Amino acid sequence: MTNHWIDLKNSDVILIMGANPAENHPVSFRWIMKAKDAGAKVICVDPRFTRSASKADVYAALRSGTDIAFLGGMINHILQNKLFFDEYVKNYTNASYLVNGDFKMPGELAGLFSGYDAKKRSYNAKEWDFQKDADESVKKDPTLQSPSCVFQLMKKHYSRYTPELVSRITGTPKEKLLEVYTLFASTGKPDKAGTSMYAMGWTQHTVGTQNIRAMSIIQLLLGNMGIPGGGVNALRGESNVQGSTDHGLLFHILPGYLPVPSADLKDLAAYTTKVTPVSKDPQSANWKQNQGKYFVSYLKAIYGAKATIENDYGYHWLPKLDPGMNCSWLMIFDKMIRGSLKGFFAWGQNPACSGTNSNKVRNAMAKLDWMVTVNLFDNETASFWKGPGMDPAQVKTEVFLLPAAASFEKEGSITNSGRWAQWRTAAVKPLGQSKPDAEIIHELYQKLKEMYVKEGGALPEQLLNLTWNYGFKRADGTIRSIDPHLVAKEINGYFIDDVEDKPKPPKPGDKPLPAKNPWDPKKLLGKKGELAAGFAQLQIDGSTSCGNWIYCQSYNEKGNMMARRVKKDPTGLGLFPEWSWCWPVNRRIIYNRAAVDLNGRPYNMKKAVIYWNPNAVQPTGALGAWVGDVPDGPWPPLANEKEGKLPFIMQVDGLGSLFGKGMKDGPFPEHYEPVECPVPENLMSKQLSNPAAKNFNDASIKEDVLATCDVRFPLVATTYRVTEHWQTGVMTRNTPWLLELQPRQFCEISVELAKEKKISNGDMVEISSARGKIDAVAMVTQRIRPFKIGDRLVHEIGLPYCFGWHTPGVGDAANLLTPTAGDANTMIPETKAFMVGIQRKG
Amino acid sequence: MGMSVSRRDFFKLSGTGLAASLGISLDPLESKAEDLPIRYARETTTICPYCAVGCGMIVHTLAGSIINVEGDPDHPINEGSLCPKGASVYQLRDNKARITKPMYRAAGASEWKEVSWDWTIDEIAKRVKKNRDATFTATSKIKIKEKVGAVEVEKEIEAVVNRTMGMASVGSAALDNEECYLYQKFLRGLGLVYIEHQARI
Repeated sequence: MTNHWIDLKNSDVILIMGANPAENHPVSFRWIMKAKDAGAKVICVDPRFTRSASKADVYAALRSGTDIAFLGGMINHILQNKLFFDEYVKNYTNASYLVNGDFKMPGELAGLFSGYDAKKRSYNAKEWDFQKDADESVKKDPTLQSPSCVFQLMKKHYSRYTPELVSRITGTPKEKLLEVYTLFASTGKPDKAGTSMYAMGWTQHTVGTQNIRAMSIIQLLLGNMGIPGGGVNALRGESNVQGSTDHGLLFHILPGYLPVPSADLKDLAAYTTKVTPVSKDPQSANWKQNQGKYFVSYLKAIYGAKATIENDYGYHWLPKLDPGMNCSWLMIFDKMIRGSLKGFFAWGQNPACSGTNSNKVRNAMAKLDWMVTVNLFDNETASFWKGPGMDPAQVKTEVFLLPAAASFEKEGSITNSGRWAQWRTAAVKPLGQSKPDAEIIHELYQKLKEMYVKEGGALPEQLLNLTWNYGFKRADGTIRSIDPHLVAKEINGYFIDDVEDKPKPPKPGDKPLPAKNPWDPKKLLGKKGELAAGFAQLQIDGSTSCGNWIYCQSYNEKGNMMARRVKKDPTGLGLFPEWSWCWPVNRRIIYNRAAVDLNGRPYNMKKAVIYWNPNAVQPTGALGAWVGDVPDGPWPPLANEKEGKLPFIMQVDGLGSLFGKGMKDGPFPEHYEPVECPVPENLMSKQLSNPAAKNFNDASIKEDVLATCDVRFPLVATTYRVTEHWQTGVMTRNTPWLLELQPRQFCEISVELAKEKKISNGDMVEISSARGKIDAVAMVTQRIRPFKIGDRLVHEIGLPYCFGWHTPGVGDAANLLTPTAGDANTMIPETKAFMVGIQRKG
Repeated sequence: MGMSVSRRDFFKLSGTGLAASLGISLDPLESKAEDLPIRYARETTTICPYCAVGCGMIVHTLAGSIINVEGDPDHPINEGSLCPKGASVYQLRDNKARITKPMYRAAGASEWKEVSWDWTIDEIAKRVKKNRDATFTATSKIKIKEKVGAVEVEKEIEAVVNRTMGMASVGSAALDNEECYLYQKFLRGLGLVYIEHQARI
């Protein structure tokens, strides 16, 4: 989330789309209700009339997989009716940038952008470059009139998204579309805030990233980024999925979102150059230019004294990817089923139910030599060898199932969706012989270390050079158990040497620095052994360590910031700056420099997240200071042409990207159909599905099949969660109170479909796709309605995905039906829109 | 919640004006509350393990056993409230289905077998080492672009990659931050590149 849960109360219009917080994030809804009490309006857009929809002022149904059409229509409405926040768009976005004159868009290129290579199924993004002056700075048209400027291109691109056409694609009546557009666009006024709440309903599509980009464009146009009650807010579904992402448990990122090095970056210098973007604009903070410091500090954290300037701080020990190599989820199970991955850890996860096309996942696991799985409960993954269709005698995979301690049986922090890292203390000892995950990792590390020391093997130093100073050491040098405080401190980072606080070198035209007297004491930024106070202190010369730069400050010399419980709310906006700690640097609303005008005056005086007090005197004697939330950098407002900085500091140019050059499937979101869809053609263009999405169509893998416009599978299906269960249900299906409340797999179908298929409420039905089938109890309901798509009637059904065969009598996983197909940018599987058939059983 | 009154404040208030203003006597309720075993329990604060709202909870323990789990009224996000999942966290402890010992399933076996931690760690480590030593890839042939004068030419080189190709890991958003950090450090220390988790799906 760019904002945080309590901040929902500051919103004037709340758009819930691709999420269902009333059921899946129930306690968050109290902040939506508080906003409503204060006069806010709630919009819910969902194929089903959910409990969130039941509390909305406006509900609009749309067919799963058509969100870009819906949102593109909103962009068009905002632009055609001039409802955008003009000053914000001009000052804080790249609307004025001029794009390469040859650039073509889907309206002109039959659904494609310039630069498409059909063979590689990818774009050459060079064709989307901005026009540049001789000095490499981007050409702009501040009047936004040039036909090549981002603003005009965007207007042209989305002029195709008329309400009539959008309605034919989404199935949402035109009047409903306009009602939603008008209401949400009302937040384009400087003192109004609109927020967006989304979850897997947006990400689990082959166009998932572009769904979110479409909303980001709307939020930038309306001036809703960086402000209280605004933002683009991902409702993360697991208690620490924010933290596990932050800490780099993904193939492409290290902790703090530093890219995993690829093999073409042959040394530290090459890596550092690659991750240090250059901006010519003095008003761009270009914060990513500091990534080299964070990376060296990471290497110092993991390799300690073994990391030296001579050995590039251990750069060569870090495993590297080939350029363009993709090791993401779908690829793992693809490699596994082809037999090249033989060892597998499933740590606190149940891929046999959560993995799309679960039959492929389950069959892949049967090809393994061994699997280690760590959990509170036995589950469909650990016991896959005795699941449906498996003959244990034929499954050669050895399986280790390790008992993990529960959250309240250990100590440590977790990060919520609003980026608050909150510390938990152990209430009881782990149950039976179960152990905290950290202890299990530790024991495996210690044993492997012992073996590599004794026996040698492949590059032992990769493992042996890791620092591992996490607690009381026994006589033999081994650690008795992991002290989570010491890990938290390593993540925060230390000064390894005394680091001098050097004044910044003067810029051309500045007064020269006063000569330093040799007898003046050295002013230190930090003393050797001290915890770093924040990432601005981290160095590139190996004098600091930091396990994860975005968590630097979380555990410093003032103590464990994450354990704080001071309930003060000085702004009245619900920031609670002394309750726990949030990354980055306790900034509760990120991009908050966009909440103020060029002079630092809040656009909404009544809800000022930050403001510039020109009369405040800083400790240095300088005049002027920010008040409120931690601003995105200390610099004065933009009106100060010399020192002021643009608000989007993580972007090289400091601006919000209406035009997204970094995307793999086009700089503007464009509607494409899901890989399995109910229509033979895309009504928007000749390109049916996302031309850059990852396809799995190797005929030798029998599990990877698709069926579009297939008479056997005429119904759109989508998956979702229920309040009483969590994810695949491993914990909640084993909680008797919850299982009693929600006891088995069901399927929501419309009254119209039920009539057509002669299905009564409560009947047992079989739902099948090209990949698998499951049984479910039919829930015939008016909450789900057929859609008029083009000139045809399309039915959609809904399936919760929280069940699995391991719990007797609940039915098997809905993901047995879903396809192997990945989003072009993230490789997130498309599990929210696919095609099925339904039949009454018996 | 129309009124911002925490449970504790409520008990404080209920003895005085509030009961009268409600027009009913809350005396029996009060005396019942006094008898609740949580009165003598140790309170530990925690955060709910389910969704990412991050609700605060209080775990009540007595003699090393959990006797109650409820919403933390002091927590600014949930102010004492919990959803059905959060309200059921007690049953994650009082639960016969929890696995409490390491289990092993041999190749082709049709049942689980209880095993010791020492044996389990030994056996896993052996398999990890065998896999790593066998599938470790020190270098890889890759194509790079190099500038020769003014022209860019493509060239194949043998680049250092130091990675393990035969093992993968998925998980885990169920771990604490410190554990996630430790886990990625351990996996990268083993040379793994197939590292994924819930955030990808």
